[in-house]
Amino acid sequence: MTASGMMIEAPSAPAQTRRGFVLRTLRRKPAATIGLVILVLVTLTAVLAPVIAPYGLHTQVGPVFGSPSWSHPLGLDDGGIDMVTLLMWGARISLVVGFAATLVSMAIGGTIGVLAGYFGGAVDTVLMRITDYFLVVPDVPLMIVVAAIWGPSLFHIVIVIGILLWTGTARVIRAQVKSVRERVYVKRARALGAGHTRIVVRHVLPQVAPLLIANTVLTVAVAIFDETALSFLGLGDPSRISLGKVIENAFERAAISSGAWWAIVPPGAVVALIILGCSLVGGALEDALNPRLRVAHLSARTFRLRPLVGRSEGAL
Amino acid sequence: MSEALLEVEDLVVRYPVPRGLVGTVARRPRSTVHAVDGVSFTLRPGEMVALVGESGCGKTSTAQAVMRLIDVDAGAVRFEGRDLTGVGTRALRPLRRRLQMVYQDPYESLDPRLRVRQAVEEPLLIHRLGGSREERARRVREALERVELTPPDLFLDRYPHELSGGQRQRVAIAAALVLEPVLLVADEPVSMLDVSVRAGVLSLLDSLKSGGLAILMITHDLSTAARFADRIAVMYLGRVVEEGTADAVVRDPQHPYTRALLSVVPRRDPRERHQGTVLRGETPDAVHIPSGCRFHPRCPIAVDACRVDEPPLEAKRPDHRAACLLV
Amino acid sequence: MTPLLQVEGLHVWFDLAGGGELHAVQDVGFTLEPGERLGLVGESGCGKTTTALAIMGLLPPTASAAGRVLFDGKDVLAGGEATIRPHRWVDVAIVFQGAMNALNPVRPIGSQIVEALELHDVARGAAARARAGELLESVGIPARRADRFPHELSGGMRQRAAIAMALSCEPKVLIADEPTTALDVMVQAQILELLDGLCREFGLALILVTHDLPVVAQLCDRGVVMYAGRIAERAAVDELYHRPHHPYTRLLFAATPDLDDLDQPIISIPGAPPRLDRPLDGCPFRPRCDRAFERCAVERPELRGFGDGRTAACHLDSLVPA
Repeated sequence: MTASGMMIEAPSAPAQTRRGFVLRTLRRKPAATIGLVILVLVTLTAVLAPVIAPYGLHTQVGPVFGSPSWSHPLGLDDGGIDMVTLLMWGARISLVVGFAATLVSMAIGGTIGVLAGYFGGAVDTVLMRITDYFLVVPDVPLMIVVAAIWGPSLFHIVIVIGILLWTGTARVIRAQVKSVRERVYVKRARALGAGHTRIVVRHVLPQVAPLLIANTVLTVAVAIFDETALSFLGLGDPSRISLGKVIENAFERAAISSGAWWAIVPPGAVVALIILGCSLVGGALEDALNPRLRVAHLSARTFRLRPLVGRSEGAL
Repeated sequence: MSEALLEVEDLVVRYPVPRGLVGTVARRPRSTVHAVDGVSFTLRPGEMVALVGESGCGKTSTAQAVMRLIDVDAGAVRFEGRDLTGVGTRALRPLRRRLQMVYQDPYESLDPRLRVRQAVEEPLLIHRLGGSREERARRVREALERVELTPPDLFLDRYPHELSGGQRQRVAIAAALVLEPVLLVADEPVSMLDVSVRAGVLSLLDSLKSGGLAILMITHDLSTAARFADRIAVMYLGRVVEEGTADAVVRDPQHPYTRALLSVVPRRDPRERHQGTVLRGETPDAVHIPSGCRFHPRCPIAVDACRVDEPPLEAKRPDHRAACLLV
Repeated sequence: MTPLLQVEGLHVWFDLAGGGELHAVQDVGFTLEPGERLGLVGESGCGKTTTALAIMGLLPPTASAAGRVLFDGKDVLAGGEATIRPHRWVDVAIVFQGAMNALNPVRPIGSQIVEALELHDVARGAAARARAGELLESVGIPARRADRFPHELSGGMRQRAAIAMALSCEPKVLIADEPTTALDVMVQAQILELLDGLCREFGLALILVTHDLPVVAQLCDRGVVMYAGRIAERAAVDELYHRPHHPYTRLLFAATPDLDDLDQPIISIPGAPPRLDRPLDGCPFRPRCDRAFERCAVERPELRGFGDGRTAACHLDSLVPA
């Protein structure tokens, strides 16, 4: 009897191994959807800033620290520039730095993670020791040094943040690669005679991709936070306005003592919002990826006892 | 009698037990796991040999050594006359085509992201066989037909999670067959499948055997081995303790371990309840192998001599060998 | 005499992630007398483990259940957790599938048994430790090993420890869910021998949940064969093998190789079990049955008696030749 008559049941494989996992998660979990909406809105606003900003970035439209009014919902900054405009443009730089630094970090961290996890042994040990060294370097002093030696610039900030952030990614990816490497189908591919490149590209990376994406999103949050912090400390590029710079300017020019909360709180709130968006998306992806994070069995709810009313035997 | 396709001779595989930091500092003696401790058997074309034993007996390590997935410490693995233990990785590649493996877990042995078509095609791509896409597609279909997944079109575009366990195992076999191997190593090919599906996959292996394929089956299930294999080699703690035709080993077991195992396998007929020889304790770990006959601590008929001399595997009946001093 | 345990009209269904319901157990019922051994047999997905969990009241929050589980005549499911809890472990205990891996890895096995004893107010302190030692001895683990961690014991030993834990409150019914599935042949024989001895010694009733027919044939008095969430056949084990009524029972035996019958061809049953998240017309086994006829496609067979304590859900009137 051939197998053609067999009905195809649908036993479920672990969801994270199936294609389209990222998109499905983003659609299904409310947290992820909210986060995604936030990020999309902020990014669109930033990208379209030159077009939709209500006033010019360098145009003084009122007094220093002008209070919020109908025409300027968030008031004016220390140069009399509209805050809303500043926020839009500031978000642009913050996001650019955030994404660029994350890209650097992903490239380094991802590569090191895959190499260490896949090859193991001496390669792993060496790479992990290098990772450890980078882990302990403090970011602010490093930035101060870099700024002092090479001058503060956007490029330098991106590099510094990127160099500091890759360690977390490397570790996470390494762990995942190690476990994927032990899966039977990978061993089978090796037994078939597949080369390393083929195995990594066709079998390992697709499994690691969702985690990499989750990690990337979370790293963006950290990168933006780092940039904001560095700019606030005056180590940022003086020629570019990022959200951190906006806060720094306000701070420097005594916004607090002037009572101009609108110059400090909104930029901080926008940074927080971006980080929130990233955390929601990244967190939801991570939760969905890690079966051990599922705690349904710890729920206080128990099963429900129901009468069999309305369910006739013939119905099923 | 045809030439042996595979000759395993005095195979030895050892793993060092990691001492850890404390162990190294305290200079504890290094211990070794003697996974395979001198195993010999042969396999002819169109023959199925079952390596039977409990966990820790070394059957899986033997299979992996035959496939050269792990390094061999001593002994020879002669495949088509050529000793594989000395062959380098490069030279092994073409040989891998003729020597394929099927794994135990049908839920894990296929990449969940690849469709059936891609999974079965991949070996061809790795070995650069089948010049054109059409040629490869043809070979993929042929392989699927050989494993009775017909019509192939029904299965080509499916993902593993859409298939049942039995179907997945057939796909795995198809992926192994597409390279047209002469020897298939099947590691517990049906133990994770439902009972009602097992016979289908085993019959498939049976019919492939009739087509000339040699199969080395690793299993702990004596009933399956008895029914489907031509020859059985019973392993205990790294050595073969009994070897012969499946019929002979099952109907006329010589070694006390084989006899005990056969006696405790539950039978289908409730009227066949009998007290088997239930051995005490469990198989000792392969680091501390008992002196003399390695089975003597648990053997129901052991005598003093068993503690001293390791019995050689020798013929007790025509074409039926056992390693026991008392038989 | 009231049976010790009665399951009546048990239905269990799960809420599925994408909406819809999975009907894992449909209208399952059986009885268990004191000291009796019942085998709950079937392949993966047939609902046997879910049935066992329902009896223990251990279904997950996504599950809904209907029906009755009577222990000594009292419905324990009716009041939910409140009525189940006093009965769990004290009257009915379970050894889970893969129990060897369900032991807490960071606590010694002895203390885990003590925990069970203290939780159910059976004993405390030194008395509990002594009792734990006794329990370990009764399952073949020397009492001095009570301070070992699970990872220091072999698979067979851990299974024994799990059994000791199940016996801690002296239940009247022991449910063993695939107790020997991951074990070697010889260790399986040891565990089965142990279960046999314990049941005899303590007068325990046993529900053995397994896919392994020969194990049921060797250890149990009666068997319940499940398929697609329903009972296919219920009879004494001897009858199941020698006079099966339901084709599935017959085919399942025929698909199991046996050392005593090496010449008999081993069959496989074509097809696969039906999906349980969709309504089904007729008999769930029909697509794979070798004796199906027109009525089977239209009308689902009810469980009916065929004399000698045999019940089966099949439209066939006469015995299916073995």
